[in-house]
Amino acid sequence: MQGLDLDYMVGLLPVLLSYLPLTLQLAVTGMALALLLACLLAVVRVLQVPVLDPLVRLFISFFRGTPLLVQLFLFYYGLPQVFAFLTAINGITATIIGLTLHFAAYMAESIRAAIVGIDRSQTEAALSIGMTTSQMMRRIVLPQAARVAAPTLMNYFIDMIKSTSLAFTLGVTELMGATQKEAAGSFLYFEAFITVAVIYWIVVEGLSWVQRRMEVFLNRAYAR
Amino acid sequence: MIEIRGLTKRFGDRAVLDGIDLDIGRGEIIVVIGPSGTGKSTLLRCLNFLEKPDAGTILVGDLTVDAARATKDEILRLRRCTAFVFQNYALFANKTALQNIAEGLIVVKKMAKAEAHAKAQAILERIGLGDRGDSYPAALSGGQQQRVGIGRAMALEAALILFDEPTSSLDPEWVDEVLDLMRQLARAHQTMLVVTHEMQFARDVADRVIFMDEGRIVEQGPPSELFFRPGDERTRSFLRKVLPPA
Ligand SMILES: Nc1ncnc2c1ncn2[C@@H]1O[C@H](COP(=O)(O)OP(=O)(O)OP(=O)(O)O)[C@@H](O)[C@H]1O
Ligand SMILES: [Mg+2]
Repeated sequence: MQGLDLDYMVGLLPVLLSYLPLTLQLAVTGMALALLLACLLAVVRVLQVPVLDPLVRLFISFFRGTPLLVQLFLFYYGLPQVFAFLTAINGITATIIGLTLHFAAYMAESIRAAIVGIDRSQTEAALSIGMTTSQMMRRIVLPQAARVAAPTLMNYFIDMIKSTSLAFTLGVTELMGATQKEAAGSFLYFEAFITVAVIYWIVVEGLSWVQRRMEVFLNRAYAR
Repeated sequence: MIEIRGLTKRFGDRAVLDGIDLDIGRGEIIVVIGPSGTGKSTLLRCLNFLEKPDAGTILVGDLTVDAARATKDEILRLRRCTAFVFQNYALFANKTALQNIAEGLIVVKKMAKAEAHAKAQAILERIGLGDRGDSYPAALSGGQQQRVGIGRAMALEAALILFDEPTSSLDPEWVDEVLDLMRQLARAHQTMLVVTHEMQFARDVADRVIFMDEGRIVEQGPPSELFFRPGDERTRSFLRKVLPPA
């Protein structure tokens, strides 16, 4: 067994790090859109909005029931064949759409569970003072559901960061794509992939720290 | 000033409220008593549409709501003039005591935040919690939480406050502080409809006591009459169970 080429790894690090912003951009954009969509889906599910509710269930079932990679290929390669106007879709857009829809399906279920878990008497109290349903949702239910769902949602965000690595299959040169190219040039696959693994790992550890701080912050209303 | 006519509510094929007629005068304190499951809570909940009545009309001030064809807007307006105090307090867990009281003022009455907080602080003083405005519900005792629950109802300056067993969830040590606050409201001529098992409170404070059974008002009158000269056998038998022998 040969020793690790540490010099190569040290030199590779800044090269790879220059692709981290794109990876984070994919994840943050995907997460923001997925959160928004997930809240809407969850509210439709909780209020059992006629017509929309079964559609949302179908949506959630499909995006949870199929692999993310299949969904990404479907958006990138498949849909443009069916809908001509989608030919302009690039790898980055397709990745963001795929991540958004896939994770929104999962997150909608956590948010729904968090909403349903909120004491019904609080929603009645909100209505009893004359709030509309949407005021009740925005001011009483969603903030509390957010607290309950936050740790799970943060886990999905972490998952999403790692899932952005699939974008390289759509020709996007993000962190993983860049590593792939560098490794193919140098043939030092082990060094290259261990370096990128460490980068993902450190990012995720950083987020886990944020997650713990966030939980303390969100729980302040419940401390005695 | 409040007129309820033919208020009816069915669950399945069972009429839980069977045509309730009731007039409530301004500043009147009415206590509703009756056996478990006779529709006391349902009556209160129908009056602010937490439960949608099947039929009947509710008139409050210049608002008349026909239950069978109430619009969303009418329901909101009715709720804004009938505040509810819940057995289990039902405070907003994500809001401080002050915010719980100010919430309706800001969101429903569209009051400026500073003004709403000033008014909420004044209410906190009245309910004896002037220094607990920043506490979240989880940090308050049951009695304190229920006082905030009453404060939240007071803030709306509702024509009618509905109390559904406000002291039934409380440890005995906190009951008096809540009843005292309700007495204070009564002295301030707040119109109140109270479901309670606190017979002493009913005797001392109520202008009128209503005995309900099986979805109907069986008998009503001033406490001195209803408690001591009940006309109906059902009332007598109920009172024998709940009143300590004189
Ligand atoms: N949402 C509901 N669905 C079906 N039945 C209901 C519902 N709410 C109440 N009921 C029934 O209606 C009847 C009246 O209930 P209600 O809670 O009004 O009684 P109550 O007089 O307040 O009794 P208690 O003194 O025990 O609180 C009960 O038999 C109850 O089981
Ligand atoms: Mg009841």
